[in-house]
Amino acid sequence: MWKLKRYLGRYKKQVILGPLFKFTEAVLELFVPLVMAEVIDVGVANQDLPYVLKMGGLLLLLGAVGLGCALICQYSASIASQGIGTILRNDVYHKINSFSHREIDRFGTHSLVTRLTNDINQLQVAVAMLIRLVVRAPFLAIGAVVMAFTIDLKLSLILLATLPLIILVLWLIMGKSVPFFKVMQKKLDRISLITRENLEGARVIRAFAKQENEKARFSEASDDLADTAVGVGKLSALLNPLTYTIMNLGIVAVLWAGGGQVNAGELSQGEIIAFVNYMTQILLALVVVANLVVTFTKASASAARVNEVLETAPSVVSKNKTVTVEKTDAPQISFQNVEFCYEGAEAPSLQGVTVDIKRGETVGIIGGTGSGKSTLVHLIPRFYDITEGKLLIDGVDVKEYPLSQLRKKVGLVPQKAAVVSGTIAENLRWGKENASDEELIKALRTAQALEFVMALPDGLETHIEQGGKNISGGQKQRLTIARALVGKPEVLILDDSSSALDFATDAALRRALRRDTEGMTVLIVSQRAGSIRHADKIIVLDDGEVAGIGKHDDLFENCAVYREICLSQLSAEEAKGRGVS
Amino acid sequence: MNKQVLKRLLSYTKPYLGFLALSLFCALVSVALSLLVPVLIGNAVDLIIGPGQVDFEGLPSILWWLTGCIAGSSVFQWLMSYCTNVIAYRTVKDLRIQLFNKLSVVPLKFIDQTAHGNIINRIVNDIDQVSDGLLQGFTQLFTGVVTILGTLLFMLFADPLITLVVVVLTPLSLFVASFIAKNSYKHFRNQTVTQGELTGYIEEMIGNQKLVKGFGYEERAEEKFHAINEKLYGQGQKAQFYSSLSNPCTRFVNAVVYAAVGIIGAVSAIYGRLTVGQISMFLSYANQYTKPFNEITGIVTQLQSAFASAQRVFAVLDEEPEVPDDPKALQKTSCEGRVELSEVSFSYNPDQPLIENLNLLVHPGNRIAIVGPTGCGKTTLINLLMRFYDVRKGAIFVDGTDIRNITRDSLRGSYGMVLQESWLFSGTVRDNIAYGKPNATDEEVQAAARAAHAHGFIRRLPNGYHTIIAEDGGNLSQGQRQLLCIARVMLVDPPMLILDEATSNIDTRTELYVQEAFQKMMEGRTSFIVAHRLSTIKNADVILVMDKGHIVEQGKHEELLQKRGFYYRLYNSQFAASEDAQA
Repeated sequence: MWKLKRYLGRYKKQVILGPLFKFTEAVLELFVPLVMAEVIDVGVANQDLPYVLKMGGLLLLLGAVGLGCALICQYSASIASQGIGTILRNDVYHKINSFSHREIDRFGTHSLVTRLTNDINQLQVAVAMLIRLVVRAPFLAIGAVVMAFTIDLKLSLILLATLPLIILVLWLIMGKSVPFFKVMQKKLDRISLITRENLEGARVIRAFAKQENEKARFSEASDDLADTAVGVGKLSALLNPLTYTIMNLGIVAVLWAGGGQVNAGELSQGEIIAFVNYMTQILLALVVVANLVVTFTKASASAARVNEVLETAPSVVSKNKTVTVEKTDAPQISFQNVEFCYEGAEAPSLQGVTVDIKRGETVGIIGGTGSGKSTLVHLIPRFYDITEGKLLIDGVDVKEYPLSQLRKKVGLVPQKAAVVSGTIAENLRWGKENASDEELIKALRTAQALEFVMALPDGLETHIEQGGKNISGGQKQRLTIARALVGKPEVLILDDSSSALDFATDAALRRALRRDTEGMTVLIVSQRAGSIRHADKIIVLDDGEVAGIGKHDDLFENCAVYREICLSQLSAEEAKGRGVS
Repeated sequence: MNKQVLKRLLSYTKPYLGFLALSLFCALVSVALSLLVPVLIGNAVDLIIGPGQVDFEGLPSILWWLTGCIAGSSVFQWLMSYCTNVIAYRTVKDLRIQLFNKLSVVPLKFIDQTAHGNIINRIVNDIDQVSDGLLQGFTQLFTGVVTILGTLLFMLFADPLITLVVVVLTPLSLFVASFIAKNSYKHFRNQTVTQGELTGYIEEMIGNQKLVKGFGYEERAEEKFHAINEKLYGQGQKAQFYSSLSNPCTRFVNAVVYAAVGIIGAVSAIYGRLTVGQISMFLSYANQYTKPFNEITGIVTQLQSAFASAQRVFAVLDEEPEVPDDPKALQKTSCEGRVELSEVSFSYNPDQPLIENLNLLVHPGNRIAIVGPTGCGKTTLINLLMRFYDVRKGAIFVDGTDIRNITRDSLRGSYGMVLQESWLFSGTVRDNIAYGKPNATDEEVQAAARAAHAHGFIRRLPNGYHTIIAEDGGNLSQGQRQLLCIARVMLVDPPMLILDEATSNIDTRTELYVQEAFQKMMEGRTSFIVAHRLSTIKNADVILVMDKGHIVEQGKHEELLQKRGFYYRLYNSQFAASEDAQA
């Protein structure tokens, strides 16, 4: 947690002033029982009415000044805690943006989101507590002990005996019950998991007539949660009564022992009352301290998680100097004996890949699930760094390019059609911020999306909901294609991106791409032989290795893997010829 | 309105009435004893007046009483918490189970049309809210009220004047508390909205981080992030500040009450109307008295949200269930496989007719393929065959019996179904495959996995058949998940089959093998296949070409091609681009 303390430095004024004022308030509060003792011992004993009134005024003044101090402290705390949260969020988000795919894969998006939201919120609470309570509660506890000591040493021995007992009880009960809250959260998560599974799998569950089974599963999980909750409840319900008993038994002892001292004239009645008052104050303060410990334990776990993000160095680092590509006859993309291995994987996902792709070529990439097709195209915009070999774009190593320059050359249509909330136009302008409406319309036309976009009531300005819920899968996919085209990339990568289109649309799309992408290098990853059979070059991948490179007819004759793929989809006649006519 | 909700909720505590009564009784005793403590301490102080003026004879008995009260109050307080916990958690559990069980009897329409997050929220959070607010809040409210009344009573008994002062001053605390609550509520609401906006943005951007990188969108995303974050700062700071006012402010009100009680007490003591011990008692009460007031204000808001939650929970419980099976309904044990649709009409939404007047006769052992553009009603047809939805008009017969006269479970058991969305539950691979036949032997499970071509990859998983499938299925690819679903059906070996895009996520070579297994399985069995890869359905006995809820063409592959109609165009569109390229 202390690694993040530099963030406190940005709010030095608040972090120092806040506790200082809180401290003042606590000091004032400590005086109250003393003043009250004076009222009784001096005012009441001497029947001195003006003195009593004067002291009464002092009590009110103490309260009012205390309030003022507290307000300044709360204000400082709110500024510092929210401010630090805001800065941390900005920093963490900036850091996440610098990550390459490797780091994103390692953390997982879900975990990154939690770190950026819940964990930082947790830290915000901790900072507020730090300023508001960390000084106050322990000070009140210690101060009350000191004050009690100044009243009478002998009685303080009783206090010294009860205090460790209370701390022990707090320690034992909280130490035992707090971890259980995590367990309960897990059990609650299981309940929501089973519910989600049952909603999503309603058809399958009913088809197998397993409703009774699922009910039993749920009821078991519910019982489990309830049992744990009752168990923890039994334990944590002990906390208040136990501490209350110990403290009050201490008071009984004080009264008994104090009686003797008062009789002997060593103590006054008012002092006894003050002493009792301090003991109650100590109890309240200790409970707050115990809760603080819990808050900070949670916060330090969050801090560690946030810090882990901040300390992770991105594995793909951008060069700053723009590369000037001379017009050479170097191939647009050149894989030279490329090997790539995912982090933690035992075997490489790609091995010994050597292929040159010329400017303006249309290249099909085909292979089974897990053969490395998507991985291959993800290496081009340097989402991952290759582990072995060389990858050149326009004759220059990809590592020499600034990332922004490199990625501008590439237009990617990902496998999973994803759009974000905002208007259609905003989504399309991702690739080129200042694209004109004409450019957008042109891209939509090529992507076979113009017709449906224009049929929408607001056309380009139609609002898309988060995750594109208000448009169909096929429409989403066409929008993602248009989005990639808007930036007029030199290389267009279609990563299995027509799977949600029906045959007619898919065919029309391929025709339009051929017509409108003159000079553009197009890479088509597909599982459908029909989609790539007329490419200038087909790369056949099998288990991370190149099984063949060539044209359809050639590969069909000479590449067993390719022939098998084709025959699984088309009849022998169709594969050789031109389909049924 | 609220009364009904409360009544209904209380009905859930019926099995625990004993606990409820005990809990209220304990609360009463515990509060009464704890209120006696300051009185006894005051009495004790009055026996310790000064040097030589200590009553050592009276003191021990008072101290014994004091000890008794303290111990008694603690024991009863613990018992009360224990009972409340039992009531709260057990009723919540009952309510939760009832709500969940309801989900298995509601029509699928309800599950299809309600956002799942919404239902999960009701089962998880709303019910928790009910437990926190209503059940625990109820006892807290009870203790609070008893404490206030008890304190008043004790104080009145000791000195009416000071009691009056306290009664006049405490509303001040209530007033301050409600002022702060109102103000901070406004800011909290703003903060929650913006926090939601920020979380939404984060989820969207980080969820699509690979896209952000691909398009170099990082800086623009950060700009927008900063803007929302900045807004959150302003609102969060205000919300924090206002809500953190409540502690110092109540402390101040307390201090005022304390000072007033102390001074008036002292003045009274000077005039001999009060003893010093009674002042000490009043001071303790003054310290305690405002606390229950503040708690009660908190509880009232909690109660309101709990009522709202309870209403949401009850709304689901009040959903109309599926028409139950007729008690005379046929329990199908064997199945020939003859399916007939007679003048079937159906639509999800009355104003948008979908399937109209559909007739179809399927002979035992026939292989029926259903093709057509998206939204033509293919999947709907399957919903009707499985009786996930009931037809609006007409009837469906299996082996000559109207399916509404067959028990749902036995009808559905006659079909083996594989859907495009591969549903697995979080358990081991083996349990998932054996879902429909839990008593299957390991050999049977493996045989089914082999038939589905899943055995190979399962063996490569870290724990083989005992690998736990992760919640989000992260350790399996879509294709692998689908293979497991296929194995699940192969194990059951059902008399009829429904395959709805069952191989859409599997690569074509594996698909070829799986198809072979299916072919073998489908021999002699009635089967329905939905596919958009036309190559997979060429050897069906009948191909139904659907468009806009109607069967527009029907026949074998070659016949349909010769017709040069809808199917011909659909089939050839997959080669359209190639013709263009060669032209």
